[in-house]
Amino acid sequence: MATSYETLTPEEAKSAGEIAIANYTINFGPQHPAAHGVLRMVMELDGEIVERVDPHVGLLHRGTEKLIEYKTYLQALPYFDRLDYCSPLAMEHSYVLAIEKLLGIEVPERAMYLRVLFAELTRICNHMLNLGSHVMDVGAMTPNLWFFEVREDCLNFFERASGARMHAAWFRPGGVHQDVPLKLLTDIGDWLDGRMIELFEDALSLVADNRIFKQRNVDIAVVSKEDAVKWGFSGPMIRGSGIPWDLRKSQPYDVYDRMEFDVPVGTKGDCYDRFMVRCEEVRQSARIIKQCIRDMPEGPIASLDRKVVPPLRGEMKQSMEALIHHFKLYTEGFHVPEGDIYVATESPKGEFGVYLVADGTNKPYRCKIRPTAFSHLQAMDFMMKGHMLADTTAVLGAMDIVFGECDR
Amino acid sequence: MNNSAPRHAANEGVIDNARAALGVALLDAREHADQIGLYVDRDSLVATMVTLRDQFGYQQLVEIAGVDYPERPERFDVVYCLLSLTRNHRIRVHVSTDEVKPVPSVTSIWPVAGWLEREVFDMYGVLFEGNSDLRRILTDYGFKGHPQRKDFPLTGYVELRYSEEHKRVVYEPVKLAQDFRSFDFMSPWEGAQYILPGDEKAQPEAPGAPSPVTVDGEKK
Repeated sequence: MATSYETLTPEEAKSAGEIAIANYTINFGPQHPAAHGVLRMVMELDGEIVERVDPHVGLLHRGTEKLIEYKTYLQALPYFDRLDYCSPLAMEHSYVLAIEKLLGIEVPERAMYLRVLFAELTRICNHMLNLGSHVMDVGAMTPNLWFFEVREDCLNFFERASGARMHAAWFRPGGVHQDVPLKLLTDIGDWLDGRMIELFEDALSLVADNRIFKQRNVDIAVVSKEDAVKWGFSGPMIRGSGIPWDLRKSQPYDVYDRMEFDVPVGTKGDCYDRFMVRCEEVRQSARIIKQCIRDMPEGPIASLDRKVVPPLRGEMKQSMEALIHHFKLYTEGFHVPEGDIYVATESPKGEFGVYLVADGTNKPYRCKIRPTAFSHLQAMDFMMKGHMLADTTAVLGAMDIVFGECDR
Repeated sequence: MNNSAPRHAANEGVIDNARAALGVALLDAREHADQIGLYVDRDSLVATMVTLRDQFGYQQLVEIAGVDYPERPERFDVVYCLLSLTRNHRIRVHVSTDEVKPVPSVTSIWPVAGWLEREVFDMYGVLFEGNSDLRRILTDYGFKGHPQRKDFPLTGYVELRYSEEHKRVVYEPVKLAQDFRSFDFMSPWEGAQYILPGDEKAQPEAPGAPSPVTVDGEKK
């Protein structure tokens, strides 16, 4: 006769009133505030320990790539704002660079400075949302409200430049859509030295060294360098694992090669490292923006090639040729010579790429979008293994996933 | 000539080295817009990828894209975009296939390929031999068809609505309030192959796109 529970056979345990429990499966989402969108995860749990995660994505699939095949190159541009709706301008960047490369057109300096400036402003804007929601997911409310103040300022700057707070459609093949007033540039400069840095550092001081925040993030979901490479990580995720890889440094586009900035890397590859990498990126982005404002030359803000970039409205009142160009560009659009290209830029979330196949007509034959979230979310299974259920939100927060981009 | 695009390490010698290392597996190599595309034999894909990773240092697989060319006998192109972190270089590997011939999976080389191959399967119906989890990924549960194929209509075949009667979301055949319009922007002087609306003197129905259907469903 057995005396302790350890030595009971299953049959004896049953008769003794014990129930042998197996792993059980739960559904996380599709509607969950910490999933940052519509993510369904089927999780297999052993008690509170996560054994297996199967993320189901695609609930926000809108067929962007298919729609782009039926639009002219310029009409397809606004779809990119709607991919990662937290950092719209960074999405447009890859697309316009791909078209410019296929067309082989020269972009004026001022346009490149403006694009770098606004891409970095987008990075700040995106990181404010991510850092804020990450700390809120693990239990802190106040920093999020302060971060959102900064984000709101960024959106106001977008509105002053493009007329739209979020869906700017401001980067265009050949340059940018409109010039910015000098007052906007000086306001951004003042804001970086004043309000932005105060709010940001204040909010960060509440969480960066906070004991509870560290308990929730340090040593959670550690990713080694080898795994980060194998699983196709990019952006803050690969840097958090200690690989100093930043496309702005290694494969500079526009005028990033003239900018001076540092690439932060993590030491352990856990959620806390990824969080801190993003914090430092915000400071470095501020540095880049200041250099842009300092060095930006005067001049045209878009290519003067009238077969790609429409003429100014004033010109159209004077010149018949300008009127024809305007009409042709907004009905038929421009034709892109045959060929294919893969262009990737460093979006705030990682490597955002566009594989564009042109067949010589005015519409893309194929436009494959490489989302950052796809490879990161796929790694969720091995990152979560052996962690507690409550750590899911911390891991997701540190991944920085937006489903508009993941599902396309 | 173009000054805005990302600048990576030079392409010099890459094609020659690849040709020497890959031998007959390399069918074609093209350089366009400062980027290199290698067209390789489908059956030797895995060996090619291992060579590219281990000998040439392309450690990361960043993307797998499908492209559909319905007029070709092997209609699909599967494009693998590789990145070398150490040499700071990008390269593309193309293989072609059709609806039934499977492409060898590269999940054993890069685990990230799992979802990327699932997406190509979902969108194009390309089969990947050796991918243990080849489920649909982006489309709905129970979806039929492969939406990125060129012969799949933009509107799809079904639409969703909430049915008050059944108290759930139901699928129905798609009903368009207005005919789907797609303009080809070809100039009639340059080679539009169909009869222009209102051109009564032309021969009826040349090959190409059919002439537009009128409201009563009769062709003029």
